[in-house]
Amino acid sequence: MGFRWIWVFQLLLLLALFAIWHVLTRAEILPPFFFGEPLVVLEVIWEWFSGGRIYKHLAVTLVETILAFVIGTVAGLVVGLWLALSKTASQLLDPYIKAFNSMPRVILAPIFAVWFGLGIWSKVLLGVTLVFFIVFFSVYHGVREVNPVLVANARMLGASKHQLLRYVYVPSATAWVFSSLHAAVGMAFVGAVIGEYLGSAKGVGYLILQAEGVFDINTVFAGVLVLTFCALVLDRIVTIAERRLLRWRPGQVGSQS
Amino acid sequence: MTQTALRLDEIACTFPARDGSAYCAVADASLAVAEGEFVSLVGPTGCGKSTLLNVAAGLLAPSAGSVEVFGAALSGLNDQAGYLFQSDALFPWRTARENVMLGLELRGRSRRQAGDQADAWLARVRLAGHGDKYPHELSGGMRKRVALAQTLILDPKILLMDEPFSALDVQTRSLMENELLELWLQDRKSVVFVTHDLEEAISLSDRVVVLSAGPASHPVGEFPINLSRPRDVSEVRLIPAFLELHRTIWDALKVEVHKTHERENA
Repeated sequence: MGFRWIWVFQLLLLLALFAIWHVLTRAEILPPFFFGEPLVVLEVIWEWFSGGRIYKHLAVTLVETILAFVIGTVAGLVVGLWLALSKTASQLLDPYIKAFNSMPRVILAPIFAVWFGLGIWSKVLLGVTLVFFIVFFSVYHGVREVNPVLVANARMLGASKHQLLRYVYVPSATAWVFSSLHAAVGMAFVGAVIGEYLGSAKGVGYLILQAEGVFDINTVFAGVLVLTFCALVLDRIVTIAERRLLRWRPGQVGSQS
Repeated sequence: MTQTALRLDEIACTFPARDGSAYCAVADASLAVAEGEFVSLVGPTGCGKSTLLNVAAGLLAPSAGSVEVFGAALSGLNDQAGYLFQSDALFPWRTARENVMLGLELRGRSRRQAGDQADAWLARVRLAGHGDKYPHELSGGMRKRVALAQTLILDPKILLMDEPFSALDVQTRSLMENELLELWLQDRKSVVFVTHDLEEAISLSDRVVVLSAGPASHPVGEFPINLSRPRDVSEVRLIPAFLELHRTIWDALKVEVHKTHERENA
């Protein structure tokens, strides 16, 4: 059978999990009131998409996520490069970076809500604070571990300081950025949904909050499933971009199907 | 009388050691390399051969002494010199062609022009048709050839080589040595070739310089190699004159190697 057919088994496993869920709740071994019923959950999802109710909420959540992801990644990349290459700046800012990183940043959500209102920007900002540090640390360590021989070689070939950045440090750091982007996608979603959950008028997080308010557990599960699916799609996009950009890397990336 | 391409004058290099004291890798080292001359530096391991090379390249500022390149004092990087590193120094995210053309690209040459020139150089190092491969797809010998083309495409007047073939297997190594000599004979750059392999040094060079054991390493002997060119590195090793030279230089080198051993075992 080999790995070509692995996706069939992955799908079967998913169906099996749904079947178990279905049987357990139908037989009332698990109370459906708390655990939902898969068929009803799927029906809710179907109605969302066929009735068109979900689209504006999903669009808001996705826009928040993607903005948080892009802004956080770019900021992490730029600041990571800067601090890795400037000893003074990194020494000066070191305790602040550590403090911000160890702080449970989800508690910033209410502050952002006060500052930026209940629109998308408070959610984007929360997502950015989560994404930023993941990317920042990867780039920071990545640049510090650039092979010094490569730097010496580029200098002997005539690279100026700016060219070193463009031709050596950035491409070197790219590999590290990608390894962090998978985690970053998830975090961007966390930022968006938590933000919505704490106060909003739109978004999938808002839908989940509403449903929870009336103990409609099936709708909560439906929201969770839709979000999970979107996160998988985004992760897949990152993987595809990674394969294209990191073609030069031996093994690991390009060779898997 | 040919011009002096590179002159190291009473160079000293001191590094802070881990225990806070100063480690003096090189002291009072002087060396002159004429235009078009192939000079090898041999010495026991850890004797500061690479340190001297880095000083000549301008990658390392000496603690004392001065460097002159074609009569002008060197400050900063030596832009007349190309450097072939001991370890792999190709850029893994660039294809062989892109690696070779990098120097031209950095000088603002258009990608097309640089690419054409890179293809010509890839052909000269017998890698035509491998231009689109990434370094990890090439063998060790092929990577060395790419590195050679990457350096030579800029046409440096001085070529600095730091044990460039030490990681290759024996056959590939003599093949590369012959190819290096062939390329070098075409336009005779000044070469400083660092190696710990005396046979390699003799078969390639016009002159072999023996460095003393470190610390405070410095040249202790100079031996002109009057073997005719062109040479085949594996054949030249069998002729009597080569063996005679080998014996003479080894006598000088042996003393230094023993010193290093004694120090390490002490």
